[in-house]
Amino acid sequence: MIRTIIITAVGAAALSFAAPAQAQELAYSQVERGRYLTSAGDCKACHTDIENHGQPFAGGRAMATPFGTIYSANLTPDAETGLGRWSREDFYNALNEGIDDEGRHLYPAMPYPNFTLMTRDDTDAIFAYLQSLEPVHKEKPENEFPFPLNIRMSVSGWKMLFFEDEEFRPDPDQSDAWNRGRFLVDGPLHCGACHTGKNLLGASVDDEYMRGGLLENWFAPNIRGGENGGIAHWDEDDIVEYLKDGRSKHTAPMQRMGEVVSLSTQNLRTDDLRAVATYLKSLDDQLPETFDKIDAALAEMGSALYFDNCAGCHAADGSGVPYVFAPLTTSNKVHAEDPSTAIRIILGGARAEPTDNVPSIPAMPPFAWKLSDAQIADLLSYLRGSGPRHAAPVSASEVAEVREYLSEEH
Amino acid sequence: MTRKKLSGFDVVLVGFGWTGAIYAEKLTAAGLEVLALERGPWRDTSKDFATTFAQDELRYYWRHGMFQETAQSTLTFRNNGAETALPMRHWGSFLPGNGVGGSGVHWNGQTYRFLPSDFVVRSHNEERYGPLPDGMTVQDYGVTYDELEPHFDYFEKICGICGKAGNLNGQTSPGGNPFEGARSSEYPNPPMQMTFSQDRFEASARDLGLNPFPVPSANMSRAYVNPLGLQLAPCTYCGFCEKYGCGNYSKSSPQTTILPVLMERPNFTLRTESEVLSIEKSPDGSRVTGVTYVDTSGDSFFQPAEMVVMCAYPLENTRLMLLSQIGTPYNPQTGKGVVGKNYCYQVMSGATVFFEDEFTNGFVGAGALGMAVDDYNGDNFDHSGLGFIGGGYIACYTTNARPIESHPVPDGVPEWGSAWKQSIAANFLKTATVGVHGASMAHRSNYLDLDPTYTDRHNRPLLRMTYDFTQNDRRLTNHLTPVAEDIARGMGGREVKVSERTGAYDSVPYQTTHNTGGTIMGTDPQTSVCNRFCQSWDMPNLFVAGAGLFPQNAGYNPTATVGALAYWSVDAIINQYLPDPGPLVQP
Repeated sequence: MIRTIIITAVGAAALSFAAPAQAQELAYSQVERGRYLTSAGDCKACHTDIENHGQPFAGGRAMATPFGTIYSANLTPDAETGLGRWSREDFYNALNEGIDDEGRHLYPAMPYPNFTLMTRDDTDAIFAYLQSLEPVHKEKPENEFPFPLNIRMSVSGWKMLFFEDEEFRPDPDQSDAWNRGRFLVDGPLHCGACHTGKNLLGASVDDEYMRGGLLENWFAPNIRGGENGGIAHWDEDDIVEYLKDGRSKHTAPMQRMGEVVSLSTQNLRTDDLRAVATYLKSLDDQLPETFDKIDAALAEMGSALYFDNCAGCHAADGSGVPYVFAPLTTSNKVHAEDPSTAIRIILGGARAEPTDNVPSIPAMPPFAWKLSDAQIADLLSYLRGSGPRHAAPVSASEVAEVREYLSEEH
Repeated sequence: MTRKKLSGFDVVLVGFGWTGAIYAEKLTAAGLEVLALERGPWRDTSKDFATTFAQDELRYYWRHGMFQETAQSTLTFRNNGAETALPMRHWGSFLPGNGVGGSGVHWNGQTYRFLPSDFVVRSHNEERYGPLPDGMTVQDYGVTYDELEPHFDYFEKICGICGKAGNLNGQTSPGGNPFEGARSSEYPNPPMQMTFSQDRFEASARDLGLNPFPVPSANMSRAYVNPLGLQLAPCTYCGFCEKYGCGNYSKSSPQTTILPVLMERPNFTLRTESEVLSIEKSPDGSRVTGVTYVDTSGDSFFQPAEMVVMCAYPLENTRLMLLSQIGTPYNPQTGKGVVGKNYCYQVMSGATVFFEDEFTNGFVGAGALGMAVDDYNGDNFDHSGLGFIGGGYIACYTTNARPIESHPVPDGVPEWGSAWKQSIAANFLKTATVGVHGASMAHRSNYLDLDPTYTDRHNRPLLRMTYDFTQNDRRLTNHLTPVAEDIARGMGGREVKVSERTGAYDSVPYQTTHNTGGTIMGTDPQTSVCNRFCQSWDMPNLFVAGAGLFPQNAGYNPTATVGALAYWSVDAIINQYLPDPGPLVQP
C-alpha cells in the first residue's frame, strides 16, 4: 500500500510541472513503452550489482575500464541515493547530453553517445518506468580514477572531441526496417559500445564501426553481416534466433553478451530483432588480411590437440553441434583479428546463458589446468589457419598474457 | 545437537535424484512450495564431470567418486537368517548414488519399459500356470501397464530416449521389440549407431529365430530438445556412462533434462548436504508432520511439511520408514508386516565372444549401445513344466572397454602375470559380450530390516539385507544362459567363455545397482506399504517413489518404470489428492 501512495505522489508532482499534453502519457502505455526501452537499453545489466546479488536498478556495479573502475548509479526513485528528486528534464539531459541533475558531466561508460539518438518521448517513457520501481536506498561507491580523470571537467574535453548531441535521422533511401534497425543498434542497444573499436581515449572510431572491440579482455567480435563481415555467413533468422533464444546454429551468447541477451534482447519484439538483423546484414566489410596456411608440423600438433580436447563436443571436423556446441571452422571468435576471446574461453571456460525459450545452460569447462600456453597457442593457430578464412597464428606469449590477466581474479 | 524448527513447506522431498526432480518439477508447476533435502552435494556438468576429467577411471571407477561413501552410511549383509550380517565397508555388487541427480548421474541409460505382464505377475502367472509355490511372495502392482503408458511416454520424451517401437498402438512395427506393450508413440529419437558386435548379435539371433531390436537408450543418437525446452547433445560413444557423469550433455539425467528449468522456479528450494534422519508423525500417528534432518555442522532441524515424498534410494527409503516406525516391519517368520518385504535384485549371467581376426573395438561404446532380444523375457515364452516364472532380456552391449576396469580373457588364461597381460593385449579389441538380464522374483526369505548390532554415526541402526538367489532365480538363469551362449556361438568368434550364475549371491563382484522392494506397492494394506498411487496406506500425506515400490523385479533395468511410476503418482497427487486430501484408495 505504501508503495502505491509513493507512486501516486510522484505522479502528481510530475503532473503539476508538466505540460497538459503529457498528462495522458503517464498512463500504463507510457510506462510500458519505458519498460521496453529500458530493456532494449540493457540498463539493468550495468545498473544492478549482479556480482553481489544487488537489487535490480539500484546500481553499484563495478565496471573496469582502461581508465579505472567506475560504479554505476542507482536508478530507483530513492530520494537520497537514486533518481527520486530528478525531473524528466534532468533525465533527458543525462541520456541526451551526458549531464547529471547538478550539471556535472557523466563519464562516457554510460553510453549517452548512443542514447542521444533517442527522442525526448523515449527518455520520458524510460523515466516514467524507472520512477514506477520500488525505491532502494543504496549509496554509489566512489569511482576509482587516477588524476586527472577523477576531475569530471576532463570529461567535457572528451565530449568536445568525441560527442555529438543529435537525434536519430532516418535515411529516406533505406527501408523502414533498416532505419528501425539502425536506430536500435546505434541508439538504445548501443552495440557499438563493445563491438566498435575504441581509440586510446575510449571513444568509438568510425572506421572500426561494428568491426569488433576489446572490453575487459573479451574481444567483442565483428558483427558486420554484409560481404566479408564477421557474420557474413549468418542469415537474418540466425541473428534473430541468437538475440531472442540465446542460441543460433553458429554460437550462443556467453558472459557479457549472455547478459545482454538474457536481460535485454530476449525481451524485444521479433520485428525489432528482425530490423536489427536487416541493418547488420547491410554492413559490408573490407576483405580481411589473409595469412598463409600454417606449416605442416604446427598443423599436426594443433590437430592432435584438437582431437584429444575439443572434438568430443565440437566434432572431429570442427562443425560442432548446431544450437548446442559452436562450429569452430566458421567462428567469428576463433578467426577474429584479436584472439583474446578464444584464448580466454579455452583458459577459463564459458557458460551459455539460459533464456525463456532455451533454458539449457551448456558450459565449456576451463582448460587452464590442462593445457600449457604453447599448447593453447598451437591449438588456436591450427584452428585459425583452417576453415574458409585464415587468421594470424597465436603465440604462447599472447596466451600467457591472458592467463596472467585471469589469475588476477578476473 | 540442537533441534531447530523451520517454517513449513507444502511438500518436502527426501532425496534429490531422478524421482525428486520429477516430483519437484510437477509439484512446483502446480504452484506448490517445494523443498528438496539432499544428503550429498550439488553437482553440475561443467563443474563436477566436465569433459576435461569426466573419464577419470581412477577417480570414478576405482575410488567411487560418484557414490555414497560407506563412512556416511552403509548396510549389513548376510545370505540367510542363520548367518550374522556384517557391514559392507566397500561397495561391490551394487553402487548407491549420492548427491544431486542421485544414481541418475552415473547410470548407463538403458531405458526399457516393463512388460504388461510384469505388473500383474501373480494374477497373470496363476491364471496361466496355476498356483505359485509356497514362499513366493510375488504380487501385482495394483497399477497396470495401460495406466502407466502415458507416463512412460512422457518420461521417454523428457529423456529423449533413442529406440525403435515394436508395438505402436497395438500394431506390430518392424525393427522394434514385438513383445513390448502397446506404445502411444514412436521413440522421440532413432536408435544409436550400432557397431560390429551388435551386427553379429543381430544376425546370430535372427538365425536362431529370435527377434532382435535396438536397446532403448538415454545416450543420444542426435541433438534433442525435450518438452521442458532443455537441450541434449549427440553422444560421442566414449563409453564412460555407468559410474560416470556425462561431460558432453549426451546422457539424460536430472541435470540435463529437468534441473535447469526447476532451479529457476521461485517456489522450489534445494538444501544439499542435508541428511534426513527421520520422518515425523502426528501424536495420533495418522499423518506425517515433516522431517528431521541434520546439516554438515551437526545441527539438526525439524522441517514441517504438509506432505512428504520419499525420493531416496530404495534401500534408504526402507531404512527411513523402519527408523521412523511408519508401517509394520516385515517379519519373515510369520510373513506378516510389510516394510522391508520383497527385497529383490537381478540375476545376471552371460557369454563373452573372442574373435580371431575381427576387431570389435569395444572402446567405441555407450552405456545403452546395444541390441537385445526379449523372446525369453517375462511371459513371452511358455513356462509350462519349466518350474520358474519370469525371464530376462539377452543383449549385446558395447559399453565397457574402460582399460582399468575391463580386461576380458578367455578360459584357461592365468589371472595375473605376463601370460595374463599378453592375453589382454591380444583380446582387448576383439571381444564382445552377450548378457542375460534376469528377473528376480520375491521370496519370503529375502528381506530388509534394521541391523541389531551395527549403527551409523548418528547411532541409528544400519539397514540389514538378507538375500540369496532363489530356486526360481536358479532355474531361470539355467534356462536363459544357454540361449545367450547359443547366440554368442553364432557370432563367428574363435571361442566363447560362458559366465554362469551359480552358487550363493555374492555381494562383492559388481552385478547391477537394481535393488528393489522394501516399500512395495499393491492392492492390500496387509501385503504392501503403498497403494497403487504410491501413497502410504498408513499416512495419506506420505508418498514413496523409486524401485522400492516394485513388488518383484522384472528382467529389465528399472529406470523407465521408476520414472513412469513417479509421473503417475504425482499426477494423482495433483489431480486427486490436492482437491481432496486423504487416502486415494480405500482398503
